[in-house]
Parts: sequence; C-alpha cells; structure tokens
Amino acid sequence: MKTLAQLKIGQKAQILDVNIDTIPLKLLEMGCLPGNFVELLQIAPLGDPLYIDVNDSHVAIRKETALAITVEVVNETL
Amino acid sequence: MSHKNLKVALIGNPNTGKTSVFNQLTGLKQQVGNYPGITVEKKIGYSKLSENLKATILDLPGTYSLNASSIDENVVIELLLNKNDPNYPDVAVVVTEVENLKRNLLLFTQIKDLEIPTILAINMSDRMDYKGISLDIPYLEEQLKTKIALISSRKNIGIDNLKQLIADYKTLSTEPCLNASSIDVDYFNRLRHAFPKELLYKLWLVITQDVNFGELERNEIAEKSFAKSNSELKKMQQKETIKRYQFINDVLKVGYKVDSSKAKGLRAKLDRILMHKVFGYVIFFAILMLIFQSVFSWSSIPMDFIDETFAKLASFSKEHLAPGLLTDLISEGIIPGIGGVVIFIPQIAFLFLFISVLEESGYMSRVVFLMDKIMRRFGLSGKSVVPLISGTACAIPAIMASRNIENWKERLITILITPFTTCSARLPVYAILIALIIPEKRILGFLNLQGLTLMALYLLGFSMAIFAAYILNKILKIKSKSYFVIEMPNYRLPLFKNVAINVIEKTKSFVVGAGKIILAISIILWFLGSHGMSHEYANAETIVKERIQKQGLTRFNQNYIDNTLSEHYTALQDSVAKNVYKINSQDIADSIAAKKIELFEKVENQEISSFKLEKSFIGVLGKGIEPVIKPLGYDWKIGIAVITSFAAREVFIGTLASIYSVDSEEEATIKSRMEAEINPVTGDKIFNFATGISLLLFYAFAMQCISTLAITKKETNSWKWPVIQLVFMSSFAYGVSLIVYQILK
Repeated sequence: MKTLAQLKIGQKAQILDVNIDTIPLKLLEMGCLPGNFVELLQIAPLGDPLYIDVNDSHVAIRKETALAITVEVVNETL
Repeated sequence: MSHKNLKVALIGNPNTGKTSVFNQLTGLKQQVGNYPGITVEKKIGYSKLSENLKATILDLPGTYSLNASSIDENVVIELLLNKNDPNYPDVAVVVTEVENLKRNLLLFTQIKDLEIPTILAINMSDRMDYKGISLDIPYLEEQLKTKIALISSRKNIGIDNLKQLIADYKTLSTEPCLNASSIDVDYFNRLRHAFPKELLYKLWLVITQDVNFGELERNEIAEKSFAKSNSELKKMQQKETIKRYQFINDVLKVGYKVDSSKAKGLRAKLDRILMHKVFGYVIFFAILMLIFQSVFSWSSIPMDFIDETFAKLASFSKEHLAPGLLTDLISEGIIPGIGGVVIFIPQIAFLFLFISVLEESGYMSRVVFLMDKIMRRFGLSGKSVVPLISGTACAIPAIMASRNIENWKERLITILITPFTTCSARLPVYAILIALIIPEKRILGFLNLQGLTLMALYLLGFSMAIFAAYILNKILKIKSKSYFVIEMPNYRLPLFKNVAINVIEKTKSFVVGAGKIILAISIILWFLGSHGMSHEYANAETIVKERIQKQGLTRFNQNYIDNTLSEHYTALQDSVAKNVYKINSQDIADSIAAKKIELFEKVENQEISSFKLEKSFIGVLGKGIEPVIKPLGYDWKIGIAVITSFAAREVFIGTLASIYSVDSEEEATIKSRMEAEINPVTGDKIFNFATGISLLLFYAFAMQCISTLAITKKETNSWKWPVIQLVFMSSFAYGVSLIVYQILK
C-alpha cells in the first residue's frame, strides 16, 4: 500500500482511503475522496510541499497530509 | 413579499472570478466596510436590474463549502443561517468557474439545502471552446433545480442575462438537489422530531460549525438529540461530502463533456519554469528587486509633491485665518497630521499594485509553494510570504493578509513578526539619520555607501522577523495541526479593474486604520507641545529675549545670520558691479541693516518657540525620561521625538524640526541643524556615529506604531498578543541600542 507521498512525479493513482482525522476537510471538499483520481505534478525543492491534481483541482499540500492518503497507482497506459 | 430593493448574495469558491462578477454587476457603486467586531471586509454594491428594480449586492468572502475553517468563511454561514440578519438574501448567486465546475458545485448543493432561491452563474464561459468543454444547460438546470447564467466577467458576457434572472428570482425553485440526511437516517430523524420547525440542514450546520447563530443554540440541540463525538461528526461530514460528489458526478456525466484532446494549456509549461528548483527562486527574487526598485523611484515624485503641498497649505492657513488657538490647531495640528498620513499613500499604493498583480495572475500561489518548506523551519507558513512582502509598505494590510493561513500557530507568529519588516514609515527616519552619520562615499566605484546602509537595514528588519519567528516557534506552546492547502489557480492576465479596486481597498485600510490614529495623536501632540503649566512657559517670550540680550543668540543661529548676511552682501555687490542697479554705499548699508533686523526677528521667534517647547508638557516629559534613554546616547530632545513617534515612526522628524526651532521640515535644513547640535556638557556632537547607529537600530526594532497594535488586537482577538508584541519588540530595541551605543561610544 502506497501513500500519496510515495508517488513519483507524473504518476497517477486512485485514492483508496483518507485518514479524516489528520487531513483538512477543505481538501475533502476539493474532491480528495476515496475513488477519485490524483496525479502528483511536482514536488517543491526540499521535498515538501507536493503539488497535486486531484479531481481536477490543482492544489499544494504538505507531505504530512499526503501521508494520510492511501492510493493505488493506476496503469500508466490507462 | 415585495421588495423595492432586492437583496442578492454572491457566493462562490475562491478563484472563480466572483469579485469580477461583483465589479461588473455594480460598477463602482460599492462600499467596503467591516463586519462588526472582526476585520473581514464587507463589500456591498448596488445594481440596477431594470427600470424600477434595484438590487443591493453583497459580495461574500470566497469559501469552498459551508463547513467554515476561517473567520472569513464564518461570515458566509452566519449570514445564510440567520433569517433576521438585515443582509439575509432574497436570492443567492453561486458563482462557479466552468473548468472547475465539479468542485464548485459542492457549495452550490449546500446552498440549495438551505432553501434559498439560488441562481447558478457559470463564469469564464468564453474559455469553453478553448478547453473543449460543452454543457447541456437544460439538463443541468433540471437536475440542479435552478436557472443557469453562462457568463464571462472578464469579457462582460451574459451579465445582463444574470441581472434578468436575479429580477425573476421568484420563479426559482427552492427545492434541495439531493437528500443529504440519508447519510444517517436515524440521527436526522431524531433531529427532525426535536425541531420540527427548523430546516434539517440548518440544524446540521449549527451542530458541526463553530460559529454564532444567535437564534439557535448548539447546546439546546445537543440536549434534545443525542450527542455525537467530534470524530463521529467529522466522519459524517465526510460521508456528506462523498454523497454530494456522487450526485454531482452523476449529473455532470451527462451534462458536462470535455474533449481532452484540446489544449492542456499554459499551466504546465509555466509551472515548470516558475516553480523550478533554481529558476523559480531566481525569478522570484528578480521580481522582488524589480518591485522595490520601481516602488521607490516612482513614488518619490508624488511624495515630494504631497510634502510641498501640505507645507504650503499649513503656512497658507496660518497666514490667512484669524490668529488664535483654532488656527494653530488647524495649521500645526490637523494639516500636518493629515499630511503625515497622505505622504505614505504613493508607496503603499504602488506596492499593493504589484502585489495584487502577482496575486491576480496566479503567480503568488506558486511563490507560496516554493517558500513553504523554508518558512516552516522558522515556524511560519509559505503563506507568510505575502504578509512579509506587504509589510514593507505597511504592517496593517500585511497583518490582515495573514488571514488565509490555516494553522493558528503559524498565523499568530506571522502576525507577531510582521512589524519587524521595514515599513514605509521608517524610511524618512532612516533617510535623515543615514545622511547624518554615513559619509556619501562610493565603494568599488559604484556602490553608494548610504544606499548600502539602507539596504542593510531592510535586510536587518527581515532577518529579525525570521529570527523572532524562530524564537517564538520554540517558545509558543500551541498545538495545532499542520493544515495547509493552497489552490494553484490557472494563470491569468490580471484585470485592470480588479487590480485597481484591490489597490484602493488596501490603501484605504491604511488610511482608515493608521490615519485615524496618526491624526488623533498629531492633535494630542500639538496640544502637549503648545501648552505648558510652568511660570517659564507663560513668560517664555520675556525670558528668551532677556537671555538673547545677555548672552546673544545660539551659535547655530548666529552663524546662520552671519552667513545669510554675507551672502546677501555679496549678491548686492555683484549686482552693483554688473551695473544692474546704480546704488550708493549708504543704500547697501541700509539694505543690510534691514535684512539683519528681519533675520534677527525670525531667529528670535524660533528660539522662543524652541524654549516654549522645552517648557511645555511634552518637554517636561522628555526631560523626565532622559535618565532612561541617556545610556542609549539620546538627550531629552531626542527623547521627546521618541515619545511622539511612539504613535507613528515618521513623526520623529517633524518633532525634531520643531524642537530645534527649524521653520521648515526640509530635510537639508533639519540635517544641518542636527549636525550642529552640541552636548552642552561635553561640547561633543549629539548626532555622532554611535548615537546615530543606536537610533537606527532602535527604530528598526521598536514597536512604534499604535495602529499596528490595534490591528493585532483585532486579528488575535485578545489584548495579550499586542502587549507581548509591544514589550518584546521595544525592550529588544532598547537592549540592542544600549549595547551597540556602549560599544561604539
């Protein structure tokens, strides 16, 4: 099982689960919910924050938040 | 229900162009105020919908949902839940953006649950072709139970149609889009039984939100229904969100089509450059340099003009109004007081012009992304960058800009340290002190030593801010989760109208926030400086005249008369020599004598007013604190200036000008007078290098701005933090100046 923080730049994944106690509701409302797709677009210098495209929302989140989101990498060719 | 004046609320996510829509609907007919008790901006505008129907339009703060996580968002919920609020809308317009429709609709479905007549405005519709998006409007209208206005606020498309829909608001359905209570049927049934008259969704919001509602008490609800733990509630909120998205996804599957073969856009390309791990920073610092360069070179012209105008206005009113207390109040208290506020407008406006262009274009979010990790080491957030940059103009709007930092500890630290950045009020103080103690030399042929000193002071202020943040981060024991979510909006060309309105608002917040206090303090200072109780104050004129008769004028003034007279003499000689006038030596002697009397009277008056100031309330105060400030290298005269500039730093110069009885506030005059100031005991210069540096450092660090304290109080909602800010900054300033003076002396 991977978390969002372990994706490589450009990798796409489907969200399996989010730990709602540690991630802000705002992120859920932007569509960071189980079942939706997420792509890691960029990582800031020094490894944090992460720039993601989730549910067509382009947002930056911190690594600790990304660790609370479990994902499954989807087939690159999809 | 018939209204002559329709009440409309504009609601929407951030970055949907909601403010542009507001500007288009209202033109410049808008008012910006504050919600009572908090500093969230309240924007109200007026729009003419048709010949006999007008609307009052309220632009609510941008929010992603009705689950509030900031005071800005609380405002939205408090208004929508309180039917007795005078601003409670007859109709809500939810502004969405065509590219982010899915996410924007979440808020829309929540508003619909409140059973308010709601219009869906889909903005940026002009980009649909470019992005390959097509919409099935009739289908969407039917599913979402609303009317849709396709608009483009940038190109002014569809605004009339939107106005028409607003005017016809009575035909709108108030039925909710989906049944959110199905997430926990049992729980919501109980709620319904306990409060049969209230809307279920409204009850739900009252339970889950930490806001004031007035009519409904959360405790009461908890008593009548069974209570849930916070974690259970959060779980239910997540379920609710998922439920809403399911509905939205189903609707959009049919009504919203994207041809993804169309352009993916500029975003990816620009992101790659602007967020690059090397170029990203290089570009950011280059932009910063460019901003500061232009702010200073552009604003010096209007600033000189304002300075001159107010000086003229003051002397004009003094000459033309009937002499008396009121005239003195106007020409010495009010006019210079207003001038002291107006003079900062150019710099502040230019700086906010740049900042709002950066924000509007979408670039600022990228900077936040780049800086977050670095800033976090010091207990700040990437979002602290905006307040820190704004702080170089004025700390008041800067502190207000810290509002979107989610994490309370990071936000608090940002508020506390922002006043260390070099704001525009410190500049005139720095300028004159630097001119006084730093030689005008160039090093390496092109670097101006004085300019370098100024730059060093800027860096010092910034480093101190960072250092203080680091310390506060270690000391403050506040537990708060590291919430940080920032949207990366599409890059856009900034709209002139939005930028202009933003600049005007920010500048206004300075004028209103700082202005009132600066003006009030100037008037108090004028009073304290022009009144006294002692016998000496009352008889100042006789005492000074006697002294001059016995001891002559002060050395500076005597030299001034001698020099002016000899210049006058040379000028006369020259004109005789060139045969401009034919005059005999007797006439020359007469002219010199007349000039001498004129100069003597002027100087005598200055010495009288200087003596009066010394014996006035404020002079007594200055002498009173002399023992405290002596170790820093200041005498009682500087002490007075330090006291008066407690309200606002720039008052320092004006105060010194009147203490040293210089009649104009012209920099060169004050400077030469300050240079001539001698310690009566030792005979040394007062403004030597050590005192100058000590003063510079004092002004760099001390909390000399009442308006900033006021805004800190407002934003932190407690007196504790402004008091800590004041004590920490000022005692730190005192300590540093003390040490540095004692070493350099």
